[in-house]
Amino acid sequence: MNFFWDLFLGGLTRGSIYALIALGYTMVYGILQLINFAHGEIYMIGAFTALIVASILTLQGLAGLPVLILAGLIAVLYASAYGFTVEKIAYKPLRQASRLSPLISAIGMSIFLQNYVMLAQTSDFLPFPNLLPPSDFLDAISVWIGPSDFVIIVTSAVVMIALSLLLKFTKMGRAMRATAQDREMAMLTGVDVNRIISRTFIIGSSLAAIGGILIASHVGRINFYIGFNAGIKAFTAAVLGGIGSIPGAMVGGLVLGLAESFGTGYISSDYESVFAFAILILILIFKPDGILGRSSQQKV
Amino acid sequence: MKYFPELKKSFVIALWFMLLTFPILVIRVNTIENIVVWRWINLALIGIAAFVLSFLWQLYLKHKTAAAPDAAAHQSALVRRMSDPKFYRPFLLLIGILALVFPFVASHYQINIMTTALIYVMLGLGLNIEVGLAGLLDLGYVAFYAVGAYSYALLNYHFGLGFWTLLPAGALIAAFFGLLVGFPVLRLRGDYLAIVTLAFAEILRLVLENWNAFSFGPSGISNIPRPGFFGIDLTLEQSAVYMYFLLVALCVLTVFVIHRLQHSRIGRAWVALREDELACQAMGVDKTRAKLTAFALGATWAGMAGVLFAAKTTFINPASFTFLESAMILAIVVLGGMGSIVGVIIAALAIILLPEYLRVLGDYRMILFGAALILMMIFRPRGLVTPAGKTYEFRCADPPPAPEEKGRP
Repeated sequence: MNFFWDLFLGGLTRGSIYALIALGYTMVYGILQLINFAHGEIYMIGAFTALIVASILTLQGLAGLPVLILAGLIAVLYASAYGFTVEKIAYKPLRQASRLSPLISAIGMSIFLQNYVMLAQTSDFLPFPNLLPPSDFLDAISVWIGPSDFVIIVTSAVVMIALSLLLKFTKMGRAMRATAQDREMAMLTGVDVNRIISRTFIIGSSLAAIGGILIASHVGRINFYIGFNAGIKAFTAAVLGGIGSIPGAMVGGLVLGLAESFGTGYISSDYESVFAFAILILILIFKPDGILGRSSQQKV
Repeated sequence: MKYFPELKKSFVIALWFMLLTFPILVIRVNTIENIVVWRWINLALIGIAAFVLSFLWQLYLKHKTAAAPDAAAHQSALVRRMSDPKFYRPFLLLIGILALVFPFVASHYQINIMTTALIYVMLGLGLNIEVGLAGLLDLGYVAFYAVGAYSYALLNYHFGLGFWTLLPAGALIAAFFGLLVGFPVLRLRGDYLAIVTLAFAEILRLVLENWNAFSFGPSGISNIPRPGFFGIDLTLEQSAVYMYFLLVALCVLTVFVIHRLQHSRIGRAWVALREDELACQAMGVDKTRAKLTAFALGATWAGMAGVLFAAKTTFINPASFTFLESAMILAIVVLGGMGSIVGVIIAALAIILLPEYLRVLGDYRMILFGAALILMMIFRPRGLVTPAGKTYEFRCADPPPAPEEKGRP
């Protein structure tokens, strides 16, 4: 039972992170029908920025909560700025091109950003400090759940609820949903589509940065290549849930995280990613539009 | 001032990039010794570079809007010139002579690079069947390449079979894998297909990496024999030249087969499938068969390329078959212009030879490659060679055949 509970928690933690990154993929896909391969790199840049800011603040003598808040805030801001710039450089000029051109440009951007961080920083793994300040509450519950697991699950849940509310009730959220449904029609009704696309990238990138900081402080080390694996997994999660669907990305992330966790725990730890991909293929064979994706039978 | 607005905009953009790259490019924290290094020179360099590039970009935009129609007309005129037999026959002859003379004037190193590039020409043309003709976005093409390479290495290791037996065998095994991947994904559309093929490729790579008893794990298989030449022992240089000619011959064969396939019944069915699946089905094309043959034929070429790769390098391990490789081959197809044979060949040579000759740049090679991919897409989003649609017509003296014959593509 205890082993089961550990695996379940591990899966939930992992799944929350996948879900956070998957949201960025799914939102961009919903609006542009583009697989944003550079999204994983935004997550990595978020983690790196947090590391740099946190190290400098620690050297200045700060500690505890202020470091966490400042580093988190700056990292989220920077990641959004990168997301915004990436869209303007690599995707906006290709808005009218065939669907594969932006995909290649996204792959190019991903290679570019990876090597940019590698050259500017280092190719080695860097230790990532545990940013969580000690607290009595977290100590008290640590019998049940590790402090960073708890923080990850709660933060992701809060962020996802906030995003759902934003999309559902604000004017911007409505404009985003309209753009995702039909870009031209949205344009006709007075939605500034370019601005909505930029904002989608900004929101998606900040979610990725939050995921990046959380997982980096959980795992304790980062390098320039972490974005690739996380990106592929998150994309898998987005497709698993039904790409373009916001709740789908959350469900897909959790399913993927649990599948990996139980697979490594009960079967073999060598094949961690194999479980994730196998479950994706299995589910797509039976539900070709993902778990929560709307089946879109094309008719004429 | 004529260019004042552009200069002002470039200035703002330069400031933005200086701000954007500040933490990663300027600050470097040594977490072990707790030292912060500030590299202010980078900030200045980025500022200047961003300013100059954005100014040039804006000048280009201004120039482009002024002279847009001319460029399009120029392109189609060039394409028409190129498809004129009077022009392209001597051109082909020239390329043929160059290809024959090349190994006798170039160094060993250059022959090896060219051989690698030719392997990618084969891979590009193979993937072109799936992506360019049939419109099936395959992000895991490297899996079939790996199947070919491992078929050769393992069957040779265990049963001592030779290159010439295993070249067709590897192709067949890869084709079988193509069908294996093709079956479950028949119902999937566009990007779902992309991720499932990616998943298949990753599963295969991870299995090869972890199943030591079967594939010798991450350390790979070494001492794979080179192809035999009528039982004569070749020196290293000679076998490189032999390998080169082998690949030239196989590339010519590939081009011939794909050119014939393109305008055959199944080739036209693929193009129809790419353009509109629903309409294509309504016209009576067997969708399942068209998709499966596209997968199987695409995989066949990857399998052959895999066997050749294993024979050329004499060493393989799972690290050669990562997603980056798939992305590279896909970039070749897209850059070549989706379905154009000439385009794919030019793109393969460019994408493989470019990084090789950029080796002088050392660590900056990959970052420039990434930037080049983005730039190529921005300046030529439809690829280097845009395939012109072919018009089909009945050429027969008799009156046209029965109407239902005519309707079927």
